[in-house]
Amino acid sequence: MARTLTFQQAINEALDQEMARDDSVIVIGEDVAGGQGAEGEMDAWGGVLGVTKGLYGKYGDRVMDTPISESAFIGAAIGAATSGLRPVVELMFNDFLGVCFDQIFNQAAKFRYMFGGKAETPVVIRTMIGAGFRGAAQHSQSLYSIFTHIPGLKCVVPSTPYDAKGLLIEAIRDNDPVIFFEHKKLYPLEGEVPEELYTIPFGEAEVVREGGDVTIITLAEMVHESLKAAEALAADGIECEVIDLRTTSPLDEETLLDSVAETGRVVVVDEANPRCSMATDIAALIAQHAFDALKAPIKLVTAPHTPVPFADNLEDLYKPDAERIASTVREVSEYQTWAATASKS
Amino acid sequence: MGSDRIQKLTMPKWGLSMSHGKVVEWLVPEGAEVVPGTEVLEVETEKIVGAVESSVSGTLRRHVAELGQDVPIGGLLGVIADPSVSDAQIERFVEDFLPEDADDESASDEFASEFVDVGGRRLHYLKQGDGGQPAILIHGFTGSLNDWLFNHAVLARQRAVYALDLPGHGQSSKDVGDGSLDVFISTLVDWLDALGLTRVHLVGHSLGGAVALGTALRNPDRVRSCTLIASAGLGPEINADFITGVVEANRRKQLKPYLQSLFANPSRVTRQLIDDLLRFKRVDDVQDALRRIAKNLVTDGKQVALFRHELESLQTPTKVIWGEKDQIIPSSHCTDLPVSMSIDLLADCGHMVHMEAAREVNQLVLSFLEKTD
Repeated sequence: MARTLTFQQAINEALDQEMARDDSVIVIGEDVAGGQGAEGEMDAWGGVLGVTKGLYGKYGDRVMDTPISESAFIGAAIGAATSGLRPVVELMFNDFLGVCFDQIFNQAAKFRYMFGGKAETPVVIRTMIGAGFRGAAQHSQSLYSIFTHIPGLKCVVPSTPYDAKGLLIEAIRDNDPVIFFEHKKLYPLEGEVPEELYTIPFGEAEVVREGGDVTIITLAEMVHESLKAAEALAADGIECEVIDLRTTSPLDEETLLDSVAETGRVVVVDEANPRCSMATDIAALIAQHAFDALKAPIKLVTAPHTPVPFADNLEDLYKPDAERIASTVREVSEYQTWAATASKS
Repeated sequence: MGSDRIQKLTMPKWGLSMSHGKVVEWLVPEGAEVVPGTEVLEVETEKIVGAVESSVSGTLRRHVAELGQDVPIGGLLGVIADPSVSDAQIERFVEDFLPEDADDESASDEFASEFVDVGGRRLHYLKQGDGGQPAILIHGFTGSLNDWLFNHAVLARQRAVYALDLPGHGQSSKDVGDGSLDVFISTLVDWLDALGLTRVHLVGHSLGGAVALGTALRNPDRVRSCTLIASAGLGPEINADFITGVVEANRRKQLKPYLQSLFANPSRVTRQLIDDLLRFKRVDDVQDALRRIAKNLVTDGKQVALFRHELESLQTPTKVIWGEKDQIIPSSHCTDLPVSMSIDLLADCGHMVHMEAAREVNQLVLSFLEKTD
């Protein structure tokens, strides 16, 4: 039955239930063992923010703490995945993935392709994204677009506790490498989560709000800012359709294009930096496949092309918020093509 | 005095997850008379649009909730009172109203559903009302106890009414054994035993109708009456595409047309209704359970679990209700039934007739239960 869990608890429950169901599921990472609920390991954390706490007490050696050696333990997890285990490896902040690009881009992502489909690499790399945590430039980025760029990787970016659990179970059962991006600001977010195990297929965007005037395409924490903006806009008679991508690879192009065909007006909201991003990728997709439906230019609401600032006031300015989203939606909804303007006069 | 003659009309709770509803339209103007069962206004929830009925007689004195207003469960919608009550008294009643004063029907603890373990299965059920000869509501294929959202509370005004999640459905265990009707029948009887219910009224929809009918035939001493709504088991014809589609469809878009075919008015199907079914189907083991049940229900496009040849030996008083525009099981199945059965065919309704014509179905069932108590 459904109870209210936080985003963080939903992830913990997915790990717990999959470990109970399948002995080949193991957890690897820095400080992932121990923590609250574990016996005799009270000084350990269960992950830097406690997402894996309690698992060590239940599953012992299947929860492995590692030294600060991302390149080694990510490689080890990928190797273990090719030889029969289903490792869920936690790489604290996605900012640190740079030290193990070869293991991810050239090894894990390529095995199936290079071995003629005979090799499988069922590894999940869990990692935190997102600004707003006063974590400064090296702990606050949202780098999902870099991984989305690589064929052979699946990329999951959930926004609710329900989705986090279902998508993580799907990721663990998937036979390909999956990068699972968790926005750290979402951890305390509460929502209804069934006690039972369930999965959500990859490549299915969620229409989280229906509306016929403007389509807002977004992901992760920005889903909630977009919903806030949509509520405010509804009071002024502008009805937004808000689409949560949920997975960036595979990408549910159909749901996006169907919505744009209805509204003809699009705002893409992405917390990441704007160059070569999900926002630009989606804008290109729409320009290519739904040009005839467009009644206004596609607008993007993103961070600027700068590192995430450490100063509180600058970090707040850096991140898109409901107000910026709303004002951009207003511009798009009021936009008149030359032809429309001419026909009125 | 005076306030005794003032009756509140409050936001009902339809189904376990409803927390509020939006006023769509007032069906009765201020100053008009209402009686128990009058549909007073339409309310939209996340799942579905339904009509709020009056449970009392009197004059509808005040529309308290405005169009488009979101009202929590138990919140005040309108005021019903005798014309002799002054406007000032009505005004005071509205001002003094506290949502906590909401009647028992909408109190949240009334909606605590329960679980009981029966033969290795965890069964989920919801009880409303007390006393009288108890009645059991049994949903159809891929349904849940929430399907009775417009019926449960109304029927429970006169008696204890239990709505059950069948194995493989809702929040009950997903183990359906071989998926045959016998599994459902024996589980139902074991569940009645577990709750100490010796003799009950059964009200079943679709697959649940076949379960009710089968239980009455196999265990006549346990069944006081049978109400079969768009029931399976009465003839070979069935929309087999629906069964396959609803089991195999894995995307909202694929599922939508199948869900729409459940209603005469397809606009009844909201996004939430589709999402709920999709979420249910994505729970581990559900799809397997549904496939297994479907295989037992339908072979080569025909229903195979049929009771028609046994109907002459049926001792239990039985009522049959069907929607004329049923696209899943044809309403022709209610022809040529034994004369002892009372049959009601409702116009402009589809397979989910108990949702689409909730008021009529509630009245029919209420009076049938009373007659067979």
